[in-house]
Amino acid sequence: MNQLPHPRAGRRNLLRVLAAAGTTALLWPATGSGQRSPILTRPIPSTGEAMPVVGLGSWITFNVGNDRVARDACADVMRGFFAAGGRMIDSSPMYGSSQEVIGYGLNRLGHPSRLFSAEKVWISSGARGRDQIEKSRRYWSVPRFDLVQVHNLLAWQEHLPTLAAMKAAGEVRYVGITTSEGRRHRDIEAIMGSQRIDFVQISYNVLDREVEDRILPLARDRGIGVIVNRPFREGALIRAIARHPLPPWAAEIECANWAQFILKFIVSHPAVTCVIPATTSVAHVQENMGAAYGRLPDEAMRRRMAAHVEKL
Amino acid sequence: MSEWWTYTLQDFLLFSPRTYYRLFELYNRDLWPAQILALGAGVAILLLLRRGGAGPERAIPTILAGGWLWVAWGFHFQRYATINWAATYFAAAFAAEALLLIWTGVVRGRLAFGAAGSAIGRSGLGFVLFALVVQPLIGPLAGRDWVQAETFGVAPDPTVLATLGILLLATNRVHWGLLSIPVAWCVVTGATLWAMGSPDAPVMPLAALLCLILAVRKTRLPRGKGTS
Repeated sequence: MNQLPHPRAGRRNLLRVLAAAGTTALLWPATGSGQRSPILTRPIPSTGEAMPVVGLGSWITFNVGNDRVARDACADVMRGFFAAGGRMIDSSPMYGSSQEVIGYGLNRLGHPSRLFSAEKVWISSGARGRDQIEKSRRYWSVPRFDLVQVHNLLAWQEHLPTLAAMKAAGEVRYVGITTSEGRRHRDIEAIMGSQRIDFVQISYNVLDREVEDRILPLARDRGIGVIVNRPFREGALIRAIARHPLPPWAAEIECANWAQFILKFIVSHPAVTCVIPATTSVAHVQENMGAAYGRLPDEAMRRRMAAHVEKL
Repeated sequence: MSEWWTYTLQDFLLFSPRTYYRLFELYNRDLWPAQILALGAGVAILLLLRRGGAGPERAIPTILAGGWLWVAWGFHFQRYATINWAATYFAAAFAAEALLLIWTGVVRGRLAFGAAGSAIGRSGLGFVLFALVVQPLIGPLAGRDWVQAETFGVAPDPTVLATLGILLLATNRVHWGLLSIPVAWCVVTGATLWAMGSPDAPVMPLAALLCLILAVRKTRLPRGKGTS
C-alpha cells in the first residue's frame, strides 16, 4: 500500500506531507498495461495501521429493508468496494436496516478479511450501550468491531467510558465520536482535547470547510484520526456541479470525474484519514475508489479547486 | 436535540424515495388481490351511508377500524419498520385509532350518519370518494409504477383520508379524539413526501387542514345539522 505520512503537529508540515504524498504516488504510477498504482492509505494516528483513504458509508443508501433485489445490489456495491482495495465500512443503529444489509453483504462476500468495521452507539441510556453494540455486532456477523463511535455525541459522557473499557478488554480496537453538518463543533473540540479517542468523524467538503480552522488542526495535534462524512452533501453537491465540465487541470491530479475531484480535495488534507461516501451504484463506488489512487493535490492546487467550485 | 434549528426535514429521512416506493411495490405484490377486497370494503361504506338507518352506525366504524388495524400491523409494523424505526410508533398510533373507532362507534354507538346534504357532509363524502378513487391514481400520475399504487384499507394515506371524511359525515358532533391521530398522520406523511421531493407531498396536509376547518365550522352548527 502507498502510505501517506500523518503529521501530528504543525501546519508547517503541510507542504512536506503533500509533497511526500505526491512523491509516493508517483512511485507507483498507473502503467501502460492498465495496472493500477497501489491504493493510497493514511496511518491511523494512534497505531499506525494503514487505512485506504476512501471508505464506504451506508447512510440512506443501504437502508433497503427486506428488499432482496436491493440487498443484492448493496452486496454488489460492497464487492466493488473491496475489489478496489477499500477497507472501512461505516454504519449506525440509526440507519434503519443498513446494519442488517451490511451483514447480508458480508455473508455473501465471505467476510473479506480486509474489512475495517466502523459502527456507532446511538442510545440515550449509557447502561444500554453495550447491548446495542452487541446487537449491531450480530447484524454484521463480525467477531468484534474495529471502531465504535458515539453517534452525534448522544450520551457521550456515559458511552465513552464504556467504549474505553471495551477497548481495554479487546472487545473493540478503536473508539471515536461523530457529528455531521457542522453541528456541535465546540463540544467536539472539547472532547478531542480532553478524552482519549482514536477517531473523530465530521462533515467536510470543498464548500464546507469550517473544520479546517480548528478541528482538523486539533486532530493533527492530538493524534486523532479523522473520518469525513457527507462528502457530496448527500448528492446535492454533485448534482449542482455536474452540469459544468471538469476543468482540464483536474487531469494533473488524475481526476476523471467530479466525484474524484471532490474526494481528492478531502483526502488531500493531511489530517484526514478516510472519507466515507455512500452510494447504491457499483459504477459510483468504482468512481469513488478512483480517488484513492494516483496523485493528490498540493496546497496550491487545493486552493485552486476550492476557488473553482465556489465560482460554479 | 441540540442545535435543533440546524436540522432540516431531509436530516430525518432515513431512506431514499426509491426504497420507499419499492416498499409499496413489494407490499402490493405480496397482498394482491387483497387490494380489491379492501376497495370493496370502501364501497360498502358508501352503500351503508346511502342506506342510512341504524346499521351503519356500527358497521362503518368496524370497517374503518379493520383498515387501521391492518395498516398498523401489515404495513407499519411488518414493512415500514424495516426502513424506519419510527414506524413502530406509527403502528401503535394506528392500532390506537382502531381501538378508538371501535370504542366510540361500535361499543358506545356514538357515531351517527345521515344523508350528506350539507356542504360539510358533501365534503366528507368527497374525502371518502377521493380516498377510494383518486388516491390510488396519484402515484401513477406522478410518474410512479402502477404496482406502487396506494389503496384504501391497505396503505395508510387513503385509509386516513377516508376516515377524515367519515368523521365529517358523522351527524351528531365533532369527534376531536378520533380526528387527532389521522390529522397527525397527515403531517407526518406530508413531511416525509416533502423531504423526498414527491410532487404529491401537499395532498395529505391540505386535506387535514380542510378537514379541521370544516370540523370547526361544524361545531358552530346546531347538533345534528352538520351533514344533513
